[in-house]
Amino acid sequence: MTGERNQRRKFMNNLMFVLALGATIMALIPLGSILLYVASKGLIALNWDFFTQLPKPVGEPGGGLANAIAGTLILVGLASLMGIPLGILTGIYLSEFSRGRLAWLVRFICDVMTGIPSIIVGIVVYGTLVLAMKRFSAIAGGVALAIIMLPLVTRTTEEMLKLVPHSLREASLALGASRWRTTYSIVLRSAMGGIITGSLLAVARIAGETAPLLFTALNSRYWHTGLDQRIASLPVYIYTYATTPYDELHRLAWGAALVLVAMVMVASLAARLAGRKAGGGR
Amino acid sequence: MQKPSHQSRQWGDAVFRGLTLLAALVMVGLILVIALQLIKGSQPAFARFGLGFITGSRWDPVHGDFGSLPLVYGTVVSSLIALIIAVPLSLGIAIYLAELAPQRVRAPLSFLVELLAAIPSVVYGLWGIFVLVPWIRTSLEPFLHRFLGWLPFFQGTFYGFGMLAAGIILAIMITPTISAVSREVLLAVPVSQREAMLALGATRWETIKMAVLPYGRSGILGAVILGLGRAIGETMAVTMVIGNRPQVSPSVFELAQTIASIIANEFSEAFDDLHLSALVMAGLVLFIVTLLLNIIARLLVWRVARAPEGMSRE
Repeated sequence: MTGERNQRRKFMNNLMFVLALGATIMALIPLGSILLYVASKGLIALNWDFFTQLPKPVGEPGGGLANAIAGTLILVGLASLMGIPLGILTGIYLSEFSRGRLAWLVRFICDVMTGIPSIIVGIVVYGTLVLAMKRFSAIAGGVALAIIMLPLVTRTTEEMLKLVPHSLREASLALGASRWRTTYSIVLRSAMGGIITGSLLAVARIAGETAPLLFTALNSRYWHTGLDQRIASLPVYIYTYATTPYDELHRLAWGAALVLVAMVMVASLAARLAGRKAGGGR
Repeated sequence: MQKPSHQSRQWGDAVFRGLTLLAALVMVGLILVIALQLIKGSQPAFARFGLGFITGSRWDPVHGDFGSLPLVYGTVVSSLIALIIAVPLSLGIAIYLAELAPQRVRAPLSFLVELLAAIPSVVYGLWGIFVLVPWIRTSLEPFLHRFLGWLPFFQGTFYGFGMLAAGIILAIMITPTISAVSREVLLAVPVSQREAMLALGATRWETIKMAVLPYGRSGILGAVILGLGRAIGETMAVTMVIGNRPQVSPSVFELAQTIASIIANEFSEAFDDLHLSALVMAGLVLFIVTLLLNIIARLLVWRVARAPEGMSRE
């Protein structure tokens, strides 16, 4: 009797082990498929022209997406210039200065904002900036991406600053350093690695964002001419080209996807390296 | 000498503090701007349709008739399909990675699963159009129709594009979210819980089932809701594979439309104010729903992530 029951228990145990392992493998199949397709189809599309030429009109073969690569870099740069400093300052406020209700509120909003669909950010930036400037622009696209970035940078900064031991702050204050000196040269410096990691992860996240750019930065077939002008980007080109019926454009879309994924992976990898270098045990 | 430097130091501190406070207030201001802008933008549509907007069953830009039911339906059903696939899968992954996997494969495997979250949505869409959709059209839909075709869910034309494609691609996209948060919740369960069960002679699975999962139940629920929030708001990948036709049909083979995907599709082409306003109002509905889901999810996850601190880590 008990032997049979124990066998059933053992069987259940093994079955669940296999199922859990199977689930993990199942999740890796689409990952493998996506990376394989992006790599193989993308590599075919990449050549010198892809990185140096402007897009050709539909029907003409050749051409490249040089303007979209530059555009993505400009947009991400703009967003980082706004999002990272603001996020770090907010993170400092949350970790160093606040104990009260406002901090709770900001922390809460921060968490909630990471869950707001990015397309909503696009609508709002369109309704405010784009309508006010009366045109689609790189600035509007950058602001939309910065809004998505802000809560991510804020939360990692706060978490990293909290890891800095209190004794360091006390030692600095005891030596007569002012509060902001302490924060700037002691606390911030010891948490720098983690903050860089968090910022790079946020960069990786926004580099591939498409929805908030659709009605802010729009798209462009030409080189970028000014921050108040519409601007091309890789994600928007992938979307536009993938949904056309032309094979030639599909080829370029795969190429763009490979470049975009490579950019995101490089940023993620750099984030991990920065974290490892600074964090040590983490 | 002493005095001015002391004073300037206090000034420095006050300025610094004020600066960080200002940055924090920007965050509060942002959420207010987002909410106000959505409410303002949806005024014309609200004045015209009122709350009937939510239950109206026709979305017809040509005749200026806007009801969001087909969009809400598409959003809910595609997210449900995603949850049905992703929840068991993610739980399996979380259990494997937190409880069962050999120590040295845990980190690399977790990294790989989380890599899924790093792939941009539009790349999912691209892969969806050229790999997933053809597979669904030629293999999955005929298969489902053959064996389950007597159900109303699996009837109609095999487009490949449509509700099923959207649900599957969403499932792939939310799996890393749900599994990563669940894994963290499981890791937060005190080791003493497991040791007590194992000491009583329970198998690994019995330990997980009776001691670990119940302990982390609300956290896992939070993870699922977090995933749901992501699925509901996901835009690009869905837009590219769902077929973009606002309609209510029981069959998952049919083309459909979600709130997020119709905004991506029509916002830049909407020329009259009512159409634009209706899209913003749909966005407002989406905003409120994701906001609520996120609040609930955070509260649930916080509860578990915080509870064990006093108990397990001395």
